[in-house]
Amino acid sequence: MPPNAATRPATPPGVFDADVAWALHPGVAVRPEPFGALLYDFRTRRLTFLKDRRLLDVVTALGDQPSALAACRAAGVAPDDEARYAAALARLAAAGMLVPGAEPA
Amino acid sequence: MSAAPATRLVDHFERGLDAPICLTWELTYACNLSCVHCLSSSGRRDPRELTTAQAEAVIDELERMQVFYVNIGGGEPTVRPDFWHLVDYATEHHVGVKFSTNGVRITPEVARRLAGSDYVDVQISLDGATAAVNDAVRGPGSYDVALRAMAHLRDAGFRGFKLSVVVTRQNVTQLDAFKAIADAYGAQLRLTRLRPSGRGADVWDELHPLPEQQRGLYDWLVAHGADVLTGDSFFHLAAYGDKLPGLNLCGAGRVVCLIDPVGDVYACPFAIHENFLAGNVLDAGGFTAVWRTSDLFASLREPSGGGACASCGHYDACRGGCMAAKFFTGLPLDGPDPECVRGFGADSLLARGDVAPPRPSLDHSHRTAPRGGRRPRPVPVAIGRFVPGGPAHRPVSACEDSPLAGFVP
Repeated sequence: MPPNAATRPATPPGVFDADVAWALHPGVAVRPEPFGALLYDFRTRRLTFLKDRRLLDVVTALGDQPSALAACRAAGVAPDDEARYAAALARLAAAGMLVPGAEPA
Repeated sequence: MSAAPATRLVDHFERGLDAPICLTWELTYACNLSCVHCLSSSGRRDPRELTTAQAEAVIDELERMQVFYVNIGGGEPTVRPDFWHLVDYATEHHVGVKFSTNGVRITPEVARRLAGSDYVDVQISLDGATAAVNDAVRGPGSYDVALRAMAHLRDAGFRGFKLSVVVTRQNVTQLDAFKAIADAYGAQLRLTRLRPSGRGADVWDELHPLPEQQRGLYDWLVAHGADVLTGDSFFHLAAYGDKLPGLNLCGAGRVVCLIDPVGDVYACPFAIHENFLAGNVLDAGGFTAVWRTSDLFASLREPSGGGACASCGHYDACRGGCMAAKFFTGLPLDGPDPECVRGFGADSLLARGDVAPPRPSLDHSHRTAPRGGRRPRPVPVAIGRFVPGGPAHRPVSACEDSPLAGFVP
């Protein structure tokens, strides 16, 4: 975990469901960086690092996709890597930075 | 968070980012207090202070650069008449604000307003858990002002504001008491390092924690973990063993910087000296150009290699410590920190001998600062005073430069 991983529990890590829609919380700002991205949560005032550009692509795709898994595929995550990316998303959800999203109409 | 990175994050930060993660912005040098260790030697307002429109233009730039938040300080920033306007302007432009204050303007009304925003955080400065210890550094009455402000914030329902403490030789024994105060007011404790910057240069020898106190501080910080914030300021202590939470590197000119009240951009808040001046926000290209193209910042982003510290087995932990602490104690920037936990800094200070350390470039101190609890008294003046029935005008002095001197219509 990065040093400043947010601690506000929202979704316990074990129960992240990658088959449903997720979205970035509107109180979280994203700044792309060469190493990935910086995420800043204005509610907790905590900074989180995404150390991977593809993970940024996944997070960005979340809002337009019917599920977290679909967002991984849209971002070009290889099937073998899906579990790893889902785990990273689960940590963001546990920190309250991802929230259950509406199913696209 | 994620897949194994090819390069360590710390290497990215050492090479600098396209925009700071956050920056410190001293809005004014004016202050109602005269703290003996003030890192910006504040007191009097600088007449060249940025105007409201100029400050708004800086915020516009920060929004474009996606700087998440600014740490606003001073001086006492809340004494600027447009302070609340600038706070609103920043948050409306998606730039969060954390501001440091001695509490003088935190009325119940202001506290209620602040409690209502996710985008504004408040940091109350207190440098003693008792009035005696605090007021010796921050001035008579400042303890009561800070605690009154904290009570207003608590009563307004503001949870998690910051209680910010500069750790000194005198208050390092009060860490538990500070934590208790923070807990009692629903605040989070933040401890930062005393730097020999600004007026701090004059008191550093008497105020900086002793070596054994540093060790106790480190153990206390490790025991409290992420519960206590440090602004990443104690990374020089990492050489004791485990790293403390945070980036553990000097972010000056790489991921942080300082904008001073007149718009000058320095590498860090503790380095207000011409050697660390990168440019001004009013220059062509604005703050963005200063951050991205200044020669100074380019040089700070080059790998340093560790210099005299390269052969030390702890260099990877402490990375040579704080640039400003070295500079203002007259030590070479590529050598050990004056408070190096291995004792190399003490050796360097001895080796420095009688060579005087560089002085801060600016001084906005009050010219007649009330210090040491002395009460201000009327200043004896030689000029006459209007007395009913007495002479109508003061006598014309030899150095009177008004063309109307002595003219009585």
